[in-house]
Amino acid sequence: MPDLSRLNPAKPFLPWVLLALGIAAPFALSAYDLNLLARFMAMGILALGLVLIWGHGGILSLGQGVFFGLGGYAIALHMKLADLPQGEIPDFMVWSGRESLPFWWEPFASPAFTIAAILIVPTLVGALFSWAVFHRRVGGTYFALITQALALAFSTLIISRQDVTGGFNGLTDFYSIFGIGLASPGTGSMLYWVTLAILCAAFVGLRWLLASRFGILLRAARDGENRVRFLGYSPTPFKVVAFAIAAMLAGISGALFTLHAGVVSPALIGVVPSIEMVVWVAIGGRYSLAGAIVGALLVNLARDAVSSAFPELWLYLMGALFIFVVTLLPRGLAGLIKGKAA
Amino acid sequence: MSGSAVSDLLLSVDGVTIDYSGFKALDNFSMTLNRGETRVVIGPNGAGKSTLCDTIIGRVRPSEGRVIFKGEEIQRLPEQAIVARGICRKFQAPGVLPTLSVRDNLALAARRDRRWWKSFGTGIPADETLAIEEALESVGLTQRATVEAGTLAHGEKQWLEIAMVMATGAELLLLDEPTAGMGPAETSRTAQLIHGLGTSRTVLVIDHDMSFVEQLAAPVTVMHQGKFLKQGSIADVRADPEVAAVYLGHTA
Repeated sequence: MPDLSRLNPAKPFLPWVLLALGIAAPFALSAYDLNLLARFMAMGILALGLVLIWGHGGILSLGQGVFFGLGGYAIALHMKLADLPQGEIPDFMVWSGRESLPFWWEPFASPAFTIAAILIVPTLVGALFSWAVFHRRVGGTYFALITQALALAFSTLIISRQDVTGGFNGLTDFYSIFGIGLASPGTGSMLYWVTLAILCAAFVGLRWLLASRFGILLRAARDGENRVRFLGYSPTPFKVVAFAIAAMLAGISGALFTLHAGVVSPALIGVVPSIEMVVWVAIGGRYSLAGAIVGALLVNLARDAVSSAFPELWLYLMGALFIFVVTLLPRGLAGLIKGKAA
Repeated sequence: MSGSAVSDLLLSVDGVTIDYSGFKALDNFSMTLNRGETRVVIGPNGAGKSTLCDTIIGRVRPSEGRVIFKGEEIQRLPEQAIVARGICRKFQAPGVLPTLSVRDNLALAARRDRRWWKSFGTGIPADETLAIEEALESVGLTQRATVEAGTLAHGEKQWLEIAMVMATGAELLLLDEPTAGMGPAETSRTAQLIHGLGTSRTVLVIDHDMSFVEQLAAPVTVMHQGKFLKQGSIADVRADPEVAAVYLGHTA
């Protein structure tokens, strides 16, 4: 990227122009389009985490949907409870024959607990899971397969416990968040700006992290784990911390997505969606933070356009795109731009 | 005389056996290294030279025997603890980190505090910066400090890794075939580089290249089939009929 800025004097301003456009979007877009953009930006937050672990850490996760789901279900639990009259339980529980709220739902009535859960639960699960695998020196394809199994197990668990999770249909029909009506005027714009702000914060934070010694070590462990180990470092904590950060970003992403989409369900977090998340980043460029955001936006935009016209075509198109990018553009769209400049 | 020899003892490999399900890569092998010494280990392929390095740095664990470094048994310590005690190894195939700059490679090696929670920053302490600059200078890579290590020529990669091993500040350097893939001029430079360390470090060199071994002018230990065979000057070893039979005979 720096070489490009020398060739093109407009380059240093580009991020600021994009940021200004991003901030102004609610004044230019319809409520429907703004909501779509906000969803895609929320997904961009997850994509940033994949750049950290996959691009710079060499850790391919086919299970980011799990962490996305943990964040999404946490906020969904809260919203289901917030709109409930005193003493009642969510309607789907009644239909399943339950008479009381499961104990682990109860703390989600608190906004503070919910926010803490969104931030902490995916991070902790990510840290414990990746530590369990990495400290036994399992990596590469085996790790990817284990994460895929995790995604399958998680979505299966949710589907099988219909009475407490909403099952296959997931959780939907949300009316307010932290006392603000979701349908009230201005809420859409506000939630969009919140998402934009978090996306920018994650971008800046990861840029700093990747440039720090931590980032250098992560790349070093990706390229030569043994060399790093026999220089006196233990690579495991670096990989675990990176994975936990990516899990946290996925959790935040899932919570914001659920807010914008008004639904969370196993269909959004299982094996196939988890692979799609990797595809966004492969297409955008797995070494580039900006590329990953662009990838998440473009692929989801394309998905929205294609699948509304030809629903059955999308999977094939995405598969073809993935093959094309992996074989011909290993650095994704970001590599294309860099390649031109060089 | 014997008293000073004991206090000068840095490393002692004591009756070590490495058993790969029946195949003994090291078979009751023993050797000692004194502080400041340079020692060359030679032997035919499969003699157990690289396995010896693997054992000292904790990459493989002996089924029998002990590795004693500065009076402490280290054969059960985790790898990073062994490095922290002051042992670092250059691998046979260059193990530089290809996507990092030459300087970043050395910065990782020169770093004294290797705990992960101390890695959230970019600053490099003055003494480490100095060590990095010295390491660059010693292998003539100062002009190439900012290029990606993966783009270096093969010989330069070897030197960079030697410089990394030196920059860790380790007392004991294990150099596994440092001249592999080098031409005669590069080999001579490598010998000078190791000579330049003088007695400030203890160096264990493994190599096949007899001209390089002669240039090092260091005592030689000969291994054969995982066992100790002979020890002496290069001339002694060359003159030894047993060594000629198992090793030099093959190459002559």
